[in-house]
Amino acid sequence: MSDVFERVKNIIVERLGVEDEKVTMEATFKDDLGADSLDVVELVMELEDEFGLQFSDEDSEKIVTVGDAVKYIESKL
Amino acid sequence: MNLEGKKALVTGASRGIGREIALELARCGADVVVNYAGNEQLAQEVVEEIRKLGKKSMAIRANVADSQEVEQMVKEAIDYLGGLHILVNNAGITRDQLIVRMKESEWDEVLDVNLKGVFLTTKAVTRQMMKQKQGRIINISSIVGASGNAGQANYVAAKSGIIGLTKTTAKELASRNITVNAVAPGFITTDMTSQLTEDVKNDLAKQIPLGRLGEPKDIAKTVAFLSSDNSSYITGQTIHVNGGMYM
Repeated sequence: MSDVFERVKNIIVERLGVEDEKVTMEATFKDDLGADSLDVVELVMELEDEFGLQFSDEDSEKIVTVGDAVKYIESKL
Repeated sequence: MNLEGKKALVTGASRGIGREIALELARCGADVVVNYAGNEQLAQEVVEEIRKLGKKSMAIRANVADSQEVEQMVKEAIDYLGGLHILVNNAGITRDQLIVRMKESEWDEVLDVNLKGVFLTTKAVTRQMMKQKQGRIINISSIVGASGNAGQANYVAAKSGIIGLTKTTAKELASRNITVNAVAPGFITTDMTSQLTEDVKNDLAKQIPLGRLGEPKDIAKTVAFLSSDNSSYITGQTIHVNGGMYM
């Protein structure tokens, strides 16, 4: 698993209070991890700080699964 | 009202109600950024008065209807203040005209500043307030937003829109400990009402149960309350401050 995935996972576990093993590339933020829309916005804000990136509003809206976030970050690094 | 240590941004704060709100928040202990659209000198005078109170203050020019200027302003304000707990969306203009004579441009100008400006500024501060898990947003509506007023279709539509926007923002941000309320002034003596003759003002006063026109400080003190910890269980509300003129 990539380093990006591990860092993203740590943030998700801390922010949403979910168990490690639930955070997979396929897990959806809303259905699988129990995040509401505002949680997702906050997660994106934290990921921006963690990786020194800016997610545009259009790109943020497309992030549904953990994998979406990881791939997006990897494409920007 | 104690606002010691709080950081505030007030739009349209170079004169009138906005000026008094900025000063009142500072008197209660807040550091205040004074936004203005055109009159730098007046804005600077407000800044000087706030500094005399021993509080940090600076003026930032920005048209609240312009998203880029708003984002830049909010960034500068947060950098300067080191946080942002209180946003007062006060900036507003009038272009009064009967609907039959109102130009499309007059409609657009008023809606852009008075309603879109509230949306843009709120959007720009939301990140910071969500991170802090603390915030107070106070939107200045108007009595006419509830009652209607001939000759002010654009202004009334915007001020009424602010009430709906306030409720929605309150619902979206409540879980992050951010409260959002509106204050709806009645007839307040400012530049906006100074064109009225004494006779008209006296007639107006007769229609007001408390028997006088309002003053900017009547509004400012309500805003200070809504900015404080004393109002922590109030959100999504419109507080009418109008001497009983509209109930």
